[in-house]
Amino acid sequence: MEIFNHDSNIHFLGMRKYTIAIAIFLMVASIALIAVKGLNYGMQFNGGVSMVVDYQQSVDIADVRAALDKGGLDHAMVQSLGGTREVSIRLQPKDDPAATDASGKFNLDRISDDVIKVLQAARPDAKLKSRDFVSAEVGAELRSDGTVAAVFVILGIMAYLWIRFERRFAIAAVFTEVHDTLVTLGILALVQREFDMTVLASVLAVIGYSINDKVVVFDRIRELFRLARKAEPEEILNRSINNTLSRTIITSLFTGITMGALYFFGGTAVHGFAITMLIGIVVGTLSSIFVASPILLWLGVSKKDLMPVTKENPELARRP
Amino acid sequence: MSDFPRWKYVLVALVMLFGIIYALPNAFPPVPAVQVTANRDAPPISQAVQQKVEAALAAKKIAVTDVFVEGDHLLATFANSDVQKSGADEIKAILGDGYTVAFKLQSNVPGWLSAIGARSMPLGLDLQGGVHFLMQVDQKDAIEKQENSYADDIRSLLRQKNIRYESVTRSTVSGQGITVILRSADDRSTASDAIANEYTDLLVSSGASTGDRFVLNAAIKPEKLRELSRSAITQNLGTLRNRINALGVSEPLIQQQGDSRIVVELAGVQDPTEAKKLIGAVATLQYRPGIGQPGDARAMEAARTGNIPPDANLYYMRGDNRPVLVSKQIIVTGNQLVDASSGIDQQSGTPKVDVTLNAAGAKKMGDFTNANVGKPMAVLYVEQVYETKIVDGKEVRVPKVTETVINDATIQSPFSKQFQTTGLGSAKEASDLALLLKGGALAAPMDIVEEGVIGASLGQDNIDKGFKAVLLGLALVLLAAAVYYKLFGLVADIALFFNLVILVAVMSLIGVTLTMPGVAGIVLTLGMAIDANVLICERVREELRNGSSPHAAIRAGYEKAWSTILDANVTHLIAALALTTMGTGAIKGFGVTLMIGILTSLFTSVTLTHAFTAAIHGHRKLKTLSV
Repeated sequence: MEIFNHDSNIHFLGMRKYTIAIAIFLMVASIALIAVKGLNYGMQFNGGVSMVVDYQQSVDIADVRAALDKGGLDHAMVQSLGGTREVSIRLQPKDDPAATDASGKFNLDRISDDVIKVLQAARPDAKLKSRDFVSAEVGAELRSDGTVAAVFVILGIMAYLWIRFERRFAIAAVFTEVHDTLVTLGILALVQREFDMTVLASVLAVIGYSINDKVVVFDRIRELFRLARKAEPEEILNRSINNTLSRTIITSLFTGITMGALYFFGGTAVHGFAITMLIGIVVGTLSSIFVASPILLWLGVSKKDLMPVTKENPELARRP
Repeated sequence: MSDFPRWKYVLVALVMLFGIIYALPNAFPPVPAVQVTANRDAPPISQAVQQKVEAALAAKKIAVTDVFVEGDHLLATFANSDVQKSGADEIKAILGDGYTVAFKLQSNVPGWLSAIGARSMPLGLDLQGGVHFLMQVDQKDAIEKQENSYADDIRSLLRQKNIRYESVTRSTVSGQGITVILRSADDRSTASDAIANEYTDLLVSSGASTGDRFVLNAAIKPEKLRELSRSAITQNLGTLRNRINALGVSEPLIQQQGDSRIVVELAGVQDPTEAKKLIGAVATLQYRPGIGQPGDARAMEAARTGNIPPDANLYYMRGDNRPVLVSKQIIVTGNQLVDASSGIDQQSGTPKVDVTLNAAGAKKMGDFTNANVGKPMAVLYVEQVYETKIVDGKEVRVPKVTETVINDATIQSPFSKQFQTTGLGSAKEASDLALLLKGGALAAPMDIVEEGVIGASLGQDNIDKGFKAVLLGLALVLLAAAVYYKLFGLVADIALFFNLVILVAVMSLIGVTLTMPGVAGIVLTLGMAIDANVLICERVREELRNGSSPHAAIRAGYEKAWSTILDANVTHLIAALALTTMGTGAIKGFGVTLMIGILTSLFTSVTLTHAFTAAIHGHRKLKTLSV
């Protein structure tokens, strides 16, 4: 079975002015979105108290809010956790002044007791399922750790590609990496999807996934350059994209399927992870096709840069 | 025609076998159990205790699967965690205080599997429920304590050497050292030499002098500062471990995280109050003159009648609960204790504990022991646990003080700064005592910066959902690959299935804790592992289109795809590696899973499928390939 015509010869590079313009626009828009709207940082980053409450019978979010308002906890954020019986309630410790002692330390047990008391007053079938507290300081550290990890990934990949391929490939890869990461974050900022720890993990995994995709195309480019007697860069790049097109899309579909399964069956704990990954897969696939190669062309990749002079024995690297 | 070497078939078969065997333990989920261990003063676990427990459970009609003695403890297994809880309550009630009753997940893995080191993956808190704390250790406090002690020491050193000084003070900024102000330049250089000679951990330098104030700075050397921070964490870890053991949680996780944090995970616990109380406890030590021996006639008499001599207190020995009379006079407190370590006494060959006091403590200890050779000296351990009580509708923190004597020994000869306690029963007793002496108190205060309670039902929920997601994701990809790449797709399916098996096997063998992000990592690995096969299949198709013979197409397909697969996976590995460097547990678990998954998928997607493809197509003459 084949979905894609193996003889496809779409002139992807012919559209490079538009595709790059769109990519740059998307990046700028994402930066603007992140700057203006900001990421909806979850509790693990901002600190606070989070509780999951389970009801025996289905419950209306508005009722839960009303019950909390009545109990004086009107700053609490209430969200449904898929289904109608589970709600997540979040608040800052300062929202429940009774639970903070003179020295500024507060008592998580007290807060959760207060919340559950208030909820049970309205609906006796409310039950506390889990609760979490994170200090703001830990969250801030997590954010900087995440940034460091992302930079580390990008630089590490750049170094590897520089050694294995060539400087231009490394630069093109890093540019698209940054593009993919920014656009994924931009979309998260646009839809204000909660940015929690699993989403951070997912964003970092997106970097790994998307580089995987680019390397496959790059590898083909290198191979075709080496094989071709008369190598017109634009022609070679275009052929590489077309040759790997089927693989690029099939792999994205397969990975997408598993992430879909995770989203629909994995429960709320991994929702953010799966959705971020799905966004990243789409963005990464598109940028592999439309963004990476035009940059490579502009950087002026040529046949002589890729002849295996540094490798003594190409057979060695090829052996499975 | 096939160029696939025989040894590789053997390797593939061995790895598949390894995967199956070491993944197998996960098919035997552990059962909820209650573990009973005897405390030191209670009669050991025996048939009698077992019968007592069985009878009690039967009387309350609590369905217990099995009750048996294993080594020094008794185990009772239950069908589910609800029964486990009521069972534990009942056992606690019937056995009383002499026994520690703890929740446990009892492994159900058959003996032959355990014998070869196969075990199931430990589950993270999000999958089995429990409480976790993240604590910030205030290392500054430990350094300040040390600086204060040095300031004390310097003062007595200067007095001893007859060097006149104006003041010796600790700098207000911790880690900045001690400022000594002297009256003349001569005094300053003698003092500088004396301090540098006596305290090699101090870096002495002259500061700016004004008029007749000659300033000398003594800072703790950076390596010593680092060591202090490190030992503050280690000591706090040790103390926490001791305290949490008293809580009766089996296999608690108490670990350092980063430079200054400690993470505590207590699986199965649903109420963090008790644990928090213990974590927040404040403990101090007091060396006091003893009166008589523990458990002697006078002490027994005092315990029985309540007639305690006016200059004494009646306490009990930790462990065996013998009464002991101790004078009210305090010789030295724990604050003056600098170090305590356990070892073996060269002369008698028995375990001992070495104790070092600071200058002030040493002087008092010297004065006391000089006058009291041959008399007993007791070490009193005072622990303060704050309990929150409601008084008149207001919350009041009420300290609850427990005082026990942890050691009572006879003074053999006068000593002051350094001394040892010998004649301890065992090496463990010695190390326990050293830890109590040193770690009875936390080296530095701790703040809870993160706290979480995960309900047991939520854990089970997550397991079910995670399991479903993995299976469904796997099934869908298997189906899609088989439809799209036919026979080659089926081979890739076998590889993918074994990738999951081997991934689980490796994770179990290393002991990677499985968490929900880890499950996400497994699913993602499965989705991406198929990529290598897509690359190979597409290559084989291409070669066929270019007119290669089927066998040549297979060979060329694997050969040409390999370099791409390698590059793609190495870059991916770099990304996974960065994830594992993140300090946080959840992300780390995900990164580790991803990393192992990339490595296993390299093997299964390439070598394993190649073996299968070669075996299927082998030496037959082929006209077409099913790809």
